[in-house]
Amino acid sequence: MISILIRRLVSLIVTLIVVSLLIFTVMNLLPGDPAAIMLGTSATPETLAALRTQMGLDEPLIVRYLAWLSGVLQGDLGQSYTYGVPVAGLIVERLAVTLPLALMAVVMSVAIAVPLGVAAARRHNGLFDYIAGAFSYVSIAVPAFWVGLLLIIAFSTKLGWMPAGGFPGWNAGFWAGLAALFMPAIALALPQAGVLTRVARSAVLDVMGEEFVRTARAKGLSDKAAVWRHALPNALIPVVTMIGLQFTFLIAGAVLVENVFNLPGLGRLALQALSQRDIIVMQDVVLFFSALVIVMNFLVDLAYLVIDPRLRVAT
Amino acid sequence: MTGIFRRPVLLIGLVVTLALVGVALLSLVWTPSLPSKMNIVQRLKPPLGPGALLGTDQFGRDVASMLMVGAWNSLSTSFLAVAIGATVGSAVGVIVAMRRGWLELIVMRGCDIIFAVPPILSAMMLGAFLGSGRFTAIIAIAVFMVPVFARLTLAGAKQIWARDYVTAAVGIGRSKATITLVHILPNISNQIIVQVTIQLGLAILTEAGLSFLGLGMPPPAPTWGRMLADSQTFFGQAPWLAILPGMAIALAVLGLNMLGDGLRDMLDPKTKAA
Repeated sequence: MISILIRRLVSLIVTLIVVSLLIFTVMNLLPGDPAAIMLGTSATPETLAALRTQMGLDEPLIVRYLAWLSGVLQGDLGQSYTYGVPVAGLIVERLAVTLPLALMAVVMSVAIAVPLGVAAARRHNGLFDYIAGAFSYVSIAVPAFWVGLLLIIAFSTKLGWMPAGGFPGWNAGFWAGLAALFMPAIALALPQAGVLTRVARSAVLDVMGEEFVRTARAKGLSDKAAVWRHALPNALIPVVTMIGLQFTFLIAGAVLVENVFNLPGLGRLALQALSQRDIIVMQDVVLFFSALVIVMNFLVDLAYLVIDPRLRVAT
Repeated sequence: MTGIFRRPVLLIGLVVTLALVGVALLSLVWTPSLPSKMNIVQRLKPPLGPGALLGTDQFGRDVASMLMVGAWNSLSTSFLAVAIGATVGSAVGVIVAMRRGWLELIVMRGCDIIFAVPPILSAMMLGAFLGSGRFTAIIAIAVFMVPVFARLTLAGAKQIWARDYVTAAVGIGRSKATITLVHILPNISNQIIVQVTIQLGLAILTEAGLSFLGLGMPPPAPTWGRMLADSQTFFGQAPWLAILPGMAIALAVLGLNMLGDGLRDMLDPKTKAA
């Protein structure tokens, strides 16, 4: 168990380092001088030279990479060129929007998908199974940001029940913040729910054929109790896996949904940084998102070990 | 093909996809009116009105024509991206399956790493230097597709390499490259075809997202994503501007996903849909 943990941890660290190297290379080796890109066409040679020195662009690439990396490891992500503040602070500030949004979406998608998937599996090939199947087909196909637009049209423009966007900040109160994230989270959750419904359904179907479920029924448990108490906990492994695998898409969806709802999250930060050519912010945000995905997958791996003791010996 | 009517998922997927491709191709030679033709007098007309079946936008442009050209832009971008990703990824997959060893380890880790950067973000990174546009979008989506196909073909090819007839081919002295071409690729081509269909749906979603953020094809070329972005100012007056392009995206993705699932059931009955 410990040796597996250590091996996974080493692999995690190596992956993170390679990702950072990759991002740094893309951002620094592509044609174009980052300083010139940031300043635009009107910059004088003097300001350009000054910025180049400030950004350390005169140093060799490897020195710059190591300086960036060691900074990142110490929590110093550099200084934003446009905001004039440390990037680390910006990310933490924006994370207070993106993280709750993503979490709410995951919780909502599980709350939709698991009951739906279980119900579909229990009525295998019945009418409800087909309805659930149609639901997952459609919800996987609709773009999250379009769902967001439709929700705004329906509940903000027409009915006036919900704010059309913006974020009052957590200082305005927990519930006000949560209310502002409610519609964006639904938009983000719906495509995820479609994927998870399918997984939950087929996982429950697989497990229901197993002997321990038959035993549970034989000892007198009702059909419902056998599914919820015995089949479902075992069917959760593929569901958890899928949540992990879908994390990349959740983040991509969050970038879009934040823009639909004007939420000051990390995705908007990245897009603003792009339009302002704030290279350092972009580099850091992309690294942060990627690290998030990698760590998430690592945690899913760990979750397996907790859920399924058999995996603790293998590999 | 006689069994297709007994496979509703495949049938619906095929019909929707063919209709979409038909509309996209038709837009190259004919649209109801020029999608870029502005007519301010006729601006924001609702659908089903005279002269504009699906209404007009804020400049009086015909929405139906824009959607048609948008179908071509979206499909061609997605198709190019998936074609590049599938070719590179499958090549990597079969080569790694041929060599195995440390190469497999490195490539698989590499796949994890590429997979960790969503295409929206890599499009932003690339966009900062190459400028936003179709080329950047295609590259960003294609890069993300490479690990998908590399993993798929590697797993598939490894299974085929373990078969007796492949061992026999090795025994009679066939080279690894020949075996890959003659035995491995034909046996995993069905899986690749199914995956291409499904990834096309994902590529359309991603392309729409990129266009929505202004990272796709630049104006005046109409794209579904930018039509949605532009619609945001006119929610109250012209909700159809937000509804129709989204329906087009959803329909396209739905059709491709159903086609992919249907093909998988037909070509590859052993593996079940997730």
